[in-house]
Amino acid sequence: MGLRNFVDKIKPTFSEGGKLGFLHSTFEGFETFLYVPNTVTKKGAHIRDCNDIKRVMIVVVLALIPATLFGMYNVGYQAGIEGVFPAFWYGFLKSLPTIIVSYVTGLAIEFAFAQKRKHEINEGFLVTGLLIPLVMPVTIPLWIVALSTAFAVIIGKEVFGGTGMNVFNPALLARAFAFFAYTPQMSGEAVWYADGKTGATALEQLGTTGEMQWSALDAFFGFMPGSLGETSTCAILIGAALLLFTGVASWRIMLSVFVGGLAMGYVFDLAGMTEYPVYYHLLVGGFAFGAVFMATDPVTSAQTNTGKWIYGLMVGALAVLIRVVNPAYPEGMMLSILFMNALAPLIDYFVVERNIARRKKLIKNVK
Amino acid sequence: MSKNIKLRKGLDINLKGKAEAVLESAPMAKSYAVSPLDYECVTPKLLVKVGDKVEAGQALFFDKNNPRILFTSPVSGVVSAINRGEKRKLLNVAVEPDQEQVAQSLKVTDIAKAERSEIVEMLLQSGLWTRIVERPYGVIANPEAQPKAIFVSAFDSAPLAPDYNFILKEEKAAVEAGMAVLARLTEGKVHLSARQGSEGYMAEVKGVEYHTFSGKHPVGNVGVQIHHIDRIAKGDIVWTVNIQDVAMIGRSVLAGKVDMSKTIAVVGTKAPKCGYKRIISGASVESIVGKVEADTRVISGDVLSGVQTAADGYISANANALTLIPEGDVYELLGWAMPRFHRFSVSRAYFSWLCPKKEYNLDTNLNGGERPFVVTGLYENYLPMDIYVSYLLKACLVKDLDKMENLGLYELLPEDLAVCEFVDPSKIEMQQILRDGINLMIKES
Repeated sequence: MGLRNFVDKIKPTFSEGGKLGFLHSTFEGFETFLYVPNTVTKKGAHIRDCNDIKRVMIVVVLALIPATLFGMYNVGYQAGIEGVFPAFWYGFLKSLPTIIVSYVTGLAIEFAFAQKRKHEINEGFLVTGLLIPLVMPVTIPLWIVALSTAFAVIIGKEVFGGTGMNVFNPALLARAFAFFAYTPQMSGEAVWYADGKTGATALEQLGTTGEMQWSALDAFFGFMPGSLGETSTCAILIGAALLLFTGVASWRIMLSVFVGGLAMGYVFDLAGMTEYPVYYHLLVGGFAFGAVFMATDPVTSAQTNTGKWIYGLMVGALAVLIRVVNPAYPEGMMLSILFMNALAPLIDYFVVERNIARRKKLIKNVK
Repeated sequence: MSKNIKLRKGLDINLKGKAEAVLESAPMAKSYAVSPLDYECVTPKLLVKVGDKVEAGQALFFDKNNPRILFTSPVSGVVSAINRGEKRKLLNVAVEPDQEQVAQSLKVTDIAKAERSEIVEMLLQSGLWTRIVERPYGVIANPEAQPKAIFVSAFDSAPLAPDYNFILKEEKAAVEAGMAVLARLTEGKVHLSARQGSEGYMAEVKGVEYHTFSGKHPVGNVGVQIHHIDRIAKGDIVWTVNIQDVAMIGRSVLAGKVDMSKTIAVVGTKAPKCGYKRIISGASVESIVGKVEADTRVISGDVLSGVQTAADGYISANANALTLIPEGDVYELLGWAMPRFHRFSVSRAYFSWLCPKKEYNLDTNLNGGERPFVVTGLYENYLPMDIYVSYLLKACLVKDLDKMENLGLYELLPEDLAVCEFVDPSKIEMQQILRDGINLMIKES
């Protein structure tokens, strides 16, 4: 095959000792993207499942596509553009730069670190790079996107050792960074519309008046302002279906986040602190997006099955708690997931300790 | 009879190249080899030199760590080569067989009347002792130890595994005699586990605690069975013996002389003919399958936990199958994005789940690059034991002995993690990591 010959021909240049040897990891990144390598098993199992991390990550990207496409359409719709395709095109042009900036910044840093560490390039950022624009308002200045992406990748991931070692979900960390460092560009009434209109989001309306101007059905399909990818619970659920069917995301976490959120919602409802239907919590803001795409990140969530239930329930419950009790943060999902990211290792610690205790009991039984 | 133990976790990989129920005798090989590398933690010290005449059952070398453990020749003949690798490490001792086979006779044959120590000595002298595996650690049993119990699995659940009911069809007496020997080695019980629905005559074997198991691989692994019968706690010692080795011990005792012949399965899509072959332990690959085609991976044992063997090498002493599969050293354009109908995956990100009955011809391609631990909760679905795989492996990687012990190192051997290693999208070498962890533990204790 011509392409293969070409790759083989330029390979020595990029290998150790070659003229462009310092680009070794970058070359390998592109090569393994083009071709599954010819590496054979050396130790252990001689045959392997054909699943790899590239495939896992690409499934997540696919699952994000419905939310992304609807988000683009919604940008145009909120700006008052008539017709499905013109609205989509308008939103597409508005949001594409954000996506490009996020990918370019993040991948450049990832490549540089892989190069420095002489590692292979990890695929994790394929997902993170799309998640970041999806949790930002469409009007976000590009330099903020670049800065928060850089912050998330360097401080959130690489300082811990890269993919698989990070404590916090990088995409959420990017959002948190932007949210606290550049609050005016991330919240308020002006940022959600691409055409300069203003208006409060559903969450803010619910928080202040206990009502929102959209129907529950509009909220479910996503015809309301919000971050690019978060508004349509319907599109998110399509992605969720793919993640659950392929087993890429944990159903335990996903289910328990929704259960935790609902349960907490009912508590406030019974206490008389909220006057809108409890299920609104699941439809508005970033709850569904967080539950499906953020809380389920396998690296930053709890790793044991028991731990996943606890983690998920607490993510859901905390998100609603922050929404209702703390008026300064109408959106609780981001903070709740980040907080539980920090607690996840502790939850796992106790679950694993119980496993150890069972094993120790064995010794006593014998003697 | 005890209740059937049903395990829900695990994976049966449906591969092409299964052994047909046909038994042939392999011709006498040009040479047979005994290798210290077939065992863990053996430091060999030679007892013979090239040109020496040996009988079957005569010692070729012993283990310096435990001089009572002898490694004996499977055939009578002349020591033809002592093969060494880097730093003069002993690879194997090759013996060229005589036309007339002479075997050393066993000192003790009346098992019921002999002292335990006499039986132990007889097994050590004949080299049959090396067939007894000690857990924790999976090393040759320490003759000074008193095992809590002895476990035998009567079936192998690995892909393309040999069917012991077929192999041992005519050897009921030998199996029973072997079990009688094992019963004398422990104060505790001898446990025998068969697969429910294909028990053969195993249920009739006397003097053992009989169990049945059902489920998917690794249900046939004796380590998994021990976990569900009588778990290994810290300080416990148990022994395990492969069912065919039980028959080998029994046959030798009945005949009064060392007999290391066995039946192996020849399997895999690159095998010239899939079926069963009668061989003598340590036979050359060439004598079993003839000339091997290029681009073939020859494996002593099964595809998941066997060892790679050179085409001009010898089958491992502990292998009950010789597997030949295609090497996979080819590039695949955008393979990770393709549907890959011809490949197998447990993940529904591919399409294997659409055709559960399909037989696959898998090669040795790694199908990806090695990555850090990313996915969670996957491994635990493929190990039917109360063990957190990734936590244990991480403890091994950071060499934390306390954690390794606490998280279940004593209960596991690499073979038990083979399915987890197979399904892992991060392509982590779990069996090697665990083996290194175990060997570190041996060194430190």
